[in-house]
Amino acid sequence: MDLTYGDEYEDFRSEVRVFLASNWPPQGDESNAPRTEHEQRFRRLATEAGYLYRNVPRRFGGSEQPPDSLRAAVITEEFARARAPKEASGQGVSMLIPTLLERGEEWQKEQFIAKTVSGEYRWAQGYSEPGSGSDLASLRTRGELVGDEWVVNGQKIWTSDAMSCQYMFTLVRTEPEAGKHAGISYLLIPLDQPGIEIRPLKMITGASHFNEVFLNDARTKADWIVGRRGEGWNVSRTTLKHERKAIGGQSQTLFDTLMRMVRKATIDGRPALEDPTVRERMAALEAWVWAQRYGDYFQATCGLHGGDPGLLPLMNKLLSTEIGHEISKIAFDLIAEASLLEPLGKGGGRRGNERWMNQFMGSLGAAIAGGTSNIQRNIIAERGLGLPRESAADEAAHS
Amino acid sequence: MNFDLSEEQRLLESTLDGFLEAEFPVASVREFYDGDADLDPGLWKGLAEMGVLGLHLPETYGGAGLALLDLQCAAERFGYHATPGPFLGHALAGLAIALAGNEAQRERWLPRLASGEVIGSVAIAEADNRWQPEEWNQTLNDDGTLTGSKPHVLGGRSADLLIVGLASGELGIVDATQGQVTAMAAQDLDHTRRVATVEFTGAEVDRLPQGAAQSERLRDAALILLAADAVGGAQRCVELSTKYAKEREQFGRVIGSFQGLKHQLANLALDAEPCRPLTWYAAYAWDNVPNEAARAAAHAKSHVTDRFLQIARDTVEAHGGIGYTWESEVHYWLKRAVFDRTYFGGPRAHRRRAADLAGW
Repeated sequence: MDLTYGDEYEDFRSEVRVFLASNWPPQGDESNAPRTEHEQRFRRLATEAGYLYRNVPRRFGGSEQPPDSLRAAVITEEFARARAPKEASGQGVSMLIPTLLERGEEWQKEQFIAKTVSGEYRWAQGYSEPGSGSDLASLRTRGELVGDEWVVNGQKIWTSDAMSCQYMFTLVRTEPEAGKHAGISYLLIPLDQPGIEIRPLKMITGASHFNEVFLNDARTKADWIVGRRGEGWNVSRTTLKHERKAIGGQSQTLFDTLMRMVRKATIDGRPALEDPTVRERMAALEAWVWAQRYGDYFQATCGLHGGDPGLLPLMNKLLSTEIGHEISKIAFDLIAEASLLEPLGKGGGRRGNERWMNQFMGSLGAAIAGGTSNIQRNIIAERGLGLPRESAADEAAHS
Repeated sequence: MNFDLSEEQRLLESTLDGFLEAEFPVASVREFYDGDADLDPGLWKGLAEMGVLGLHLPETYGGAGLALLDLQCAAERFGYHATPGPFLGHALAGLAIALAGNEAQRERWLPRLASGEVIGSVAIAEADNRWQPEEWNQTLNDDGTLTGSKPHVLGGRSADLLIVGLASGELGIVDATQGQVTAMAAQDLDHTRRVATVEFTGAEVDRLPQGAAQSERLRDAALILLAADAVGGAQRCVELSTKYAKEREQFGRVIGSFQGLKHQLANLALDAEPCRPLTWYAAYAWDNVPNEAARAAAHAKSHVTDRFLQIARDTVEAHGGIGYTWESEVHYWLKRAVFDRTYFGGPRAHRRRAADLAGW
């Protein structure tokens, strides 16, 4: 066992630190620009330096670095320390690009990846339907090939940021005669067309990040399909794998943010951090965060050197969700009456501790989005512990 | 970067598993459990022959010269098999002398502790839950002898040598075979780890010169070994619960097909799995990262033993009525969980220490 990275990686760490010191946060005139602008500029520089979009070829706007999970870990650690932005958020970057790289046609990669990296193309994820949530493969949105176009009818829901996206990668039933999973294809659909109607859904936070997307004779070109007809389920598994990976491992940053708040909070006029109960809860929480961190190190080691990580890879999402929930409970208790305020900060008013209510509700969202916590428990019980599957019929369809 | 056990450490674990499955299976644990002994001589001899009793002691004194990370591998497997006996006390006694003793003390005791010929333990706790070095009050008589009482001494009736905690975090060696030392069986909950109350009536004490400087480090090692025991025990509980859920049928199907139980078992696994890397890190830090070792030990002990107790409770529940019987083995791990959680101080104490150590 050796947790040091070795000279090569410590040299690399120094290089990353020097880069960050001179580029983030923005200095002088640049710091007055809108945040999105200097984030974009920073991402361009960080990509040129080889720190971001490492798995994306240069010709598609990435930095095309050989896979090196230790360098990736150093970058993650140092960027987190400097609180510098990493790859742009959004489903296009986190889900579509990895999927296209693995399963896309050459022309699809050329047409879509670079513009997604640059932020010109933004993508919505068209998976869930009103009747198909956890049982996603039961989806009923239909696609028919008419001439050289797919004609798509149905409805998608929980479609994050669809209002600001130009395209949607979409699971559509194109082979109605085939089995549940085998009848699905993975289509790319332009959102700016008469056959698409997007209606925002207001969330419990009051914001409207997700939407309903209605497809009424929506059209897309015949070759805007990733993988072959009927392969969409497997193509989407590539993506979900990436989504799980992206969701896990955020707890240390969140813990640090909580700690900054705790240091400022008071209880009965005394610093909250002097309160024995608060100290105990923070210590108990930190132990969870450390357990997760060293579990991540172990999983990374198994990836590097071989070895069996056991059940841990099945638990990353649920563990993050549970830790996030505990963080929200501690924050909720400490912000006291600020929990009575809606966290949106309407009218440009100063935003205080009520912003923790976003985390309070967001931690609930995490238990639902990307596979609910109960589905995660099914996965641990069935794939991890080998308990009987929930539905033998589903099993048959899957295989 | 390599955060995994080495080939040798894996081999140590699998060798111990093989030995314990063959030589001390659940049937043997059950027999021991219903007896009065605090040590099984055959088992002790077997462990001594494998070199496990001196794993962490310097090679010059007959040990294997390995690290705490190696020793916690053994502790974890003992936890898994609910192995009875004073392994923890014995390991700590040797460690105390290796860390804090002078040359003469090491030469006199370590080879015989490593071979298992001398059985060691620690008499650390004092009444009113005083486990931590800064809480010890026991003083010596003017003539340097010891008069007083120490509760919760693991394997106290078998021990030939005791490391005694003294005021100001000092440590002393007491030869327990002298007439001024009497061990009385306690009404102990965990029959796999019998404890005694030891009375000292003018007993001779050989002080460890570096005792005050090393007693916290000794305590940290104890916390890590207790956490490791809990890791093994928690793993066994998850396995037992899962196995039972696959066999037991009700309403015409195996109960493991009911989502309610599946989710409980998934939660057990979610509690149990991350405990191992946390405990590994605590041992690694004890061996290699001085500035984080104490905090990591406190986190491992409080977190892992707390999880283990919950897992053990849920394991009894998952077994239904049979789990509530003396005859079923699951209560061994419930009681080991209580021991691991309480011995050397409970989660509350160590979380407060962790907060202090973090500089909060």
